[in-house]
Parts: sequence; structure tokens; C-alpha cells
Amino acid sequence: MTEAHDLVKGNEAVAMGAIDAGCLYYFGYPITPQSDIPEYLSYHLPRVGGEFVQAESEVAAINMLMGAAATGTRAMTSSSSPGISLMQEGISYIAGSEIPTVIVNMSRSGPGLGGIAPSQGDYFQAVKGGGHGDYHLLVLAPNSVQELYELTILAFDLAEKYRNPVMILGDAMIGQMKEPLSRRPPEKGEKASKDWALTGAEGRPQRVLKSLYLKDGELTAHNWKLHEKYKAMQENEIRFEALMTEDADFVLVAFGSAARIARTSVLMAREAGMKVGLFRPITLFPFPEPQLSALAKTGKPFFVVELNTGQMLEDVKIAAAGNRVDFFGKPPGALPTPEEIFEEIKNIYPGTKG
Amino acid sequence: MKNSVIMAGFGGQGILLIGNMLAYAGLAEGKHVTYMPAYGVEMRGGTANCTVVVSDEPIGSPIVGKPDAVIVMNLPSLKKFESWIKPGGILLVNTSLVPPDQQTREDITAYSIPANDLATGMGNARLANMILIGAYAEAAGVVSQDSLINSLSKVISERNARFIPQNIKAIKLGAGQVHLANA
Repeated sequence: MTEAHDLVKGNEAVAMGAIDAGCLYYFGYPITPQSDIPEYLSYHLPRVGGEFVQAESEVAAINMLMGAAATGTRAMTSSSSPGISLMQEGISYIAGSEIPTVIVNMSRSGPGLGGIAPSQGDYFQAVKGGGHGDYHLLVLAPNSVQELYELTILAFDLAEKYRNPVMILGDAMIGQMKEPLSRRPPEKGEKASKDWALTGAEGRPQRVLKSLYLKDGELTAHNWKLHEKYKAMQENEIRFEALMTEDADFVLVAFGSAARIARTSVLMAREAGMKVGLFRPITLFPFPEPQLSALAKTGKPFFVVELNTGQMLEDVKIAAAGNRVDFFGKPPGALPTPEEIFEEIKNIYPGTKG
Repeated sequence: MKNSVIMAGFGGQGILLIGNMLAYAGLAEGKHVTYMPAYGVEMRGGTANCTVVVSDEPIGSPIVGKPDAVIVMNLPSLKKFESWIKPGGILLVNTSLVPPDQQTREDITAYSIPANDLATGMGNARLANMILIGAYAEAAGVVSQDSLINSLSKVISERNARFIPQNIKAIKLGAGQVHLANA
């Protein structure tokens, strides 16, 4: 245990969470703005009996991860947007083969080579697929250093619980900022049974992990089985934060870094006498659609703020079911200030009241 | 109490280091803190800045549009950030590198501190950042000078621990300047 309340960079909190979750293997290829994760793990994993492997590419890293995790050992990779794009084939195979893995995307800005500024342009890729086939990642979107740490630990538990890849979606802001962090021993939750792990078949029947199903009806059944799993996630794993939404005239909806900045804007609005609330999805898949729908049914309009030109916006619109939804998008370049978002609130608020 | 400061200068002047020091000092005093470096394709000689918030309450945004204070170590930083300062806020200017006629705001308290000249006078030009953070702590009263001094061991590696005493001297020299430099 490091001392409680150390000042820690977001990326380091991910690495510390992995160590405290009992992760033993890391495979990755360096890329800004997340290279502090492999840097930390390259030092610490060998000291807890694990292995750190710098792969020759992201394509190699994701396939190494698939192999290591197939043994039932906790393993992870991390990268940033273009690197995560390179991993998509492997991610689809991992989802199809139902291998528990943790994948961290400290996203930068695109499309293409883009830049290294904070961005939420990878929402669609993380939440809607990215790779081919009918699958979902479980996607967690932290908004602080402490939450990065805690959600990393949770990611390993959920990956095993559902035998599914879990993605942590952060960005250059969350990954690079420093805040106090308390580390604690991970909760001793019930670990998922590992009667699927490839551990050597001597003395027991062979086990197979695969995503190829050619027999008549086999793949249909497999897809429905995966679908049931995603439904179970939607029933059991939705996480969100609602701040002052009950009496709000309208509700600002944002995730991750945008939600962190907007929190101050919402408090500024409250100080100015405007009844504004904040709804922050923590799981992006499963998306807290039922909870947003319930708010929409009380007649509250939504105001979506994202560091892109409108991605989560689409999911909020579905939940709003025809209610008014305003949007403020800030594509990569300069981060919005709380004052800037507050100005937007002041413009929209009068029209939404009553 | 909630206090935000943006520190800015050339890459290599030690801006991010003093930002870290302030965050560690606030943490040691039991405050909530955030440290946010401006993240770009920066290098020595490029621009560097960071935002530090120290507060009694949990901190929302680590990004600040109207900071309580700004520390500028070069002219481009003054041009960029002077207009951001909250009315009644504080500006600390490294007048060794910023000509005196460049400031425009009159609704703030400005401290002119020739940090490079003072550091050179101490025999090490690289102490300029310590002089300014010492001055800032004195002027803003956000953290105590002792907390700031104690934070040195958090940001300076053991290999360089021998430099800590002169950094402490520079912090104290900076604090003294505040009372001379209130223009």
C-alpha cells in the first residue's frame, strides 16, 4: 500500500488499480497520452510476480492479451485512439470468444492521426462496436483520478463476471491530471468461476475458446447467448451519478472529462438561481437509458455537453423520447472552461423553464 | 476557500514543477487539490502551462476560465493569460523577461518580480521558478511557506536532493519580494 492520499496522475491510478485488482500481465505499445500506464506497470508488474511485455505493435498486443487472458489470469492492455483502432479485430475476437480482458483507451483526438488533445470522439467506437459483429464492450467512463482507480478494479471484476472485454474510456485530461488518491485493498468479491480457462487439459476434458462457429444453427445460438449477456448487463450494471436532478428545470448530461468541467458550470447556475441538474453516465454501455427516460417523463429537457460534435447525444435523444434536447459540442482543440458552458446554460435556460 | 492559479512560461523554466509543488503543499494541508498540465506537443523552449486549484470543498472542474491568480514567466504567457484573471485577482510577472509596459489590467494586483535576475544573483539562473512560487504563496496565502518547502522533497528526486537548500533560499527570497514588488 502506498500512503493514503498521495498525489497521483490519472494514468498512474489506472496502473495502481490494475496492480491492486490482481492483474498480472500487461501487453501494449506506447502512445501519448497514456504511456504513464505501461511505464508504471513495467516497473511494478515484475515485482508482484507478473510480466510486462512491450509488443511490436498494437495488433500484436491485443492478440497477446487474448492468449494470456485465455488462461484465466487477469490481464490488460492500454492505448489511445489510433492504437485502439488497430486493436479492433482482436477486440471483436475476444468478445466472440468470451475472454475477460480490460482495455484502457485514454483517447486523443481524431479522425486519423488527429492530435493529442483531450477528446470524446471515440464514444461511438467504444459503445457501438468498433470491431465487426454483433457484440458489446462494457464501457466505463471515469471523471476523476480516484474513480479511474476504482473503476479499473471494477473492470477486472466485471470482465470475469460476464466473460467480456471491459473498456475504460478516458482522455488526455483525465489521464494527465493529478489528484489525491486513496488506495485500498480490493474488495474480496466473489470471483467468477473459471471452469472455462485454458490451463492444460491433462486429466480433464478439453476446453475450447473460439469465435468460429460453422455448424448449422451454432452461430445463431452463440449470438443469442451473447445478446442475453448484454441484456443482463443492462439489467444489473448500469451506473450513473445524478446531481440535483429532482427539482431541476433542465438536466445537463455529460460523461467523463466533460462532466467534470460541467459540474462547476451547474454549480455556477445554481448560485445564479437557475435550477439545473447534472446527470453523468458512468457506464456508457450499458447506457443509463431507463434512468434518463424516467427523468424525461417528468418533462425535464436535456442539455448534452460533449468534447465532440454529438455522439452520446444520439443515446440521450432516444431516452428523451421527443423531449427537447439541446447540445453543446467542443471538438478537440481547446477544452471548454466551466464559464463557457455556464454561458450556454444562461442562453438555453429561459426557454426551458416551465 | 477556493483558489485557482494558472502558471505559464517556456518549457524548461520549471512551470510544471512549481505547479506540482503547490498541489502537494495543498494536499499536505488537508485541502482538495487538482493539478492540470496543458498537454500538447511541447518541448524545451515551447510553451508550458498548468492550472492548480486548491480548495476546502471538493473541486469540480480542474480547468479554469477565470483564475484567481496568474503567474507568467515570459511575454507570450502574459499576452495569453492576463485577460483571464478574475477582477481583483493577482498577477505575478517575471519582469526579467517581460518588459514593464506590457501589462494592461488595472483591476488586479500585479507583482513585478525580476525572477531571473534574482536567481542569477543567487548563482543559479534555474531558481527563477522557485522565486516566483515563493512569492505566490506569500501574496495569495493559499498555502504556507513551510508546506511549500516541505513539498520540495516530493518533486525533487533523491539524486538532486543536494539542491534543496538553495531552492528553499529562493522560495524565501521570492516571498520577501512581494512586499517590495507590489506595483
